[in-house]
This record gives sequence, C-alpha cells and structure tokens, in this order.
Amino acid sequence: MSFSIKKNAEVVVVDVEGQLIVGNRQELKQKVLDELEKGEKKFLIDFSQTGYIDSSGLGVLVSLSKKIREQGGELRLANLNDDLQTLFELTKLDTLFQISDTRERALESF
Amino acid sequence: MAESRVAFDLQIPSDVEYIEGVVELARQRCRELKISPAKCSLNIPVALSEALSNAILRGNEATGGKQVRIRAIISDTDLVFEVVDEGPGFDVDECTQDCTTDENLSKEEGRGLFLMRQLMDRVESFRDKGNVVRLTLHRE
Repeated sequence: MSFSIKKNAEVVVVDVEGQLIVGNRQELKQKVLDELEKGEKKFLIDFSQTGYIDSSGLGVLVSLSKKIREQGGELRLANLNDDLQTLFELTKLDTLFQISDTRERALESF
Repeated sequence: MAESRVAFDLQIPSDVEYIEGVVELARQRCRELKISPAKCSLNIPVALSEALSNAILRGNEATGGKQVRIRAIISDTDLVFEVVDEGPGFDVDECTQDCTTDENLSKEEGRGLFLMRQLMDRVESFRDKGNVVRLTLHRE
C-alpha cells in the first residue's frame, strides 16, 4: 500500500494504491497536509488502484476535506469501484464529496 | 443442525500493522469457499478490519504485550468471525451511532460499528475469556 503524488496543471493528484485503512491513513493525511502547507489548493484523490477503505480511511477523507476547504481549496474524488461506491453510499459520504467516474472528468471539474 | 469447522484460529499482537494480513487470509479462505465476489471484496474486509481495529485500539488500547485472537468458523450457511480482545467489552447497540445524520455526517470518527452492522448479517458482543465480537455473514 502506498500513495503517490503528482501535479497535473494546478491540481495535486494523489493515487491510493492498495488499502486506505487505520494503519496507513496518517501517511495519506500528512502527504496532503504538506502540499496544502506549500500553498496548493486543488486536490484530487484517485481510487482506481484502491482495494478497500475502512472507517478510519473514510474519516481521514472527511478531515482532509474540511482542512482543504478552510484554506479556500477543494478536494475531489475519482474512480470509485462498485464496492467503494457502495461504501460511500452506505455512509452517505457520496453526498459530502464531489465524485467523478474518471480522473479526466474530475480534473475538468475544477 | 449445520456442521461447522474452524477455517483459521490465530493470535496477533495489538498492532494495527497486522490487520491487513489477517484480512487477506480471511479473503483467501472466502474465495476458496466460492463466497460471492462482493462479500469477499467489501463486506468481509471492511467489517473484519473494523472489528480488529476496535479490538486493538479500543479493547486493548494498543497496549504492547496484549493479544487479539481471531477465529473464522464456517458452516454450510454462515461465515462467522470471532475477534477476542483483553478489554472490558462494550454494548454494540449502545455504541453504534448513525453516521448518516446531518449532525454526524461530517465527523471524522464514528463509522466503524455502523459499517460492521451494515455489512454483516449479525454483530454481537459478549464476554467469554475476554471481550468477543462475533460477526456473522450468511453465505448466500
């Protein structure tokens, strides 16, 4: 499991490879907060290579969303597979985040 | 009465780094048993991760030296996971919050038990040589 960060124009794109769970959520949080501190405002988290997410992982996404908004930025999500979509619907987090089917659509939406 | 057998029975230290390995073992067993792909990729990994994480962080308070035991029991009809920690236990009904209310939706925490109950057919907690959380999922 790992997180890779790339810059696409003005958007910081984070790929979550593997699981986003209690054991690695702080790593994701810190990587995004470091970018936020550098002045980045637009963030996209891409889940195309993600297995499953637990409640701690969902909690980190909620927390990052708040922190990014507080700094005047935006967080968007892309590429949830059917299982992840179900998870977001069960917790109603699909109503809290702007979610796109593809990375391209997400990038265009900023 | 349906016959049941133990698919695995193991102990791990109270460290969240062990969760992914246990979950992967459970998924492998479930795939071998031809459990539906959605249950193998969503219900079982997420619910079991939550139970293990609760046991390690809340039950055992991440204390070094304490252990968490995990048993998987399979019958013709059900999959049962029992997660046992050394904590005082808790009431599943009392501790579960509805994380989908307007008030709770944007909170960082409070989704673990809710998810377990959404993804499993039954979630129970009781005392038996430790605090036991039993997750039951119907195979069909």
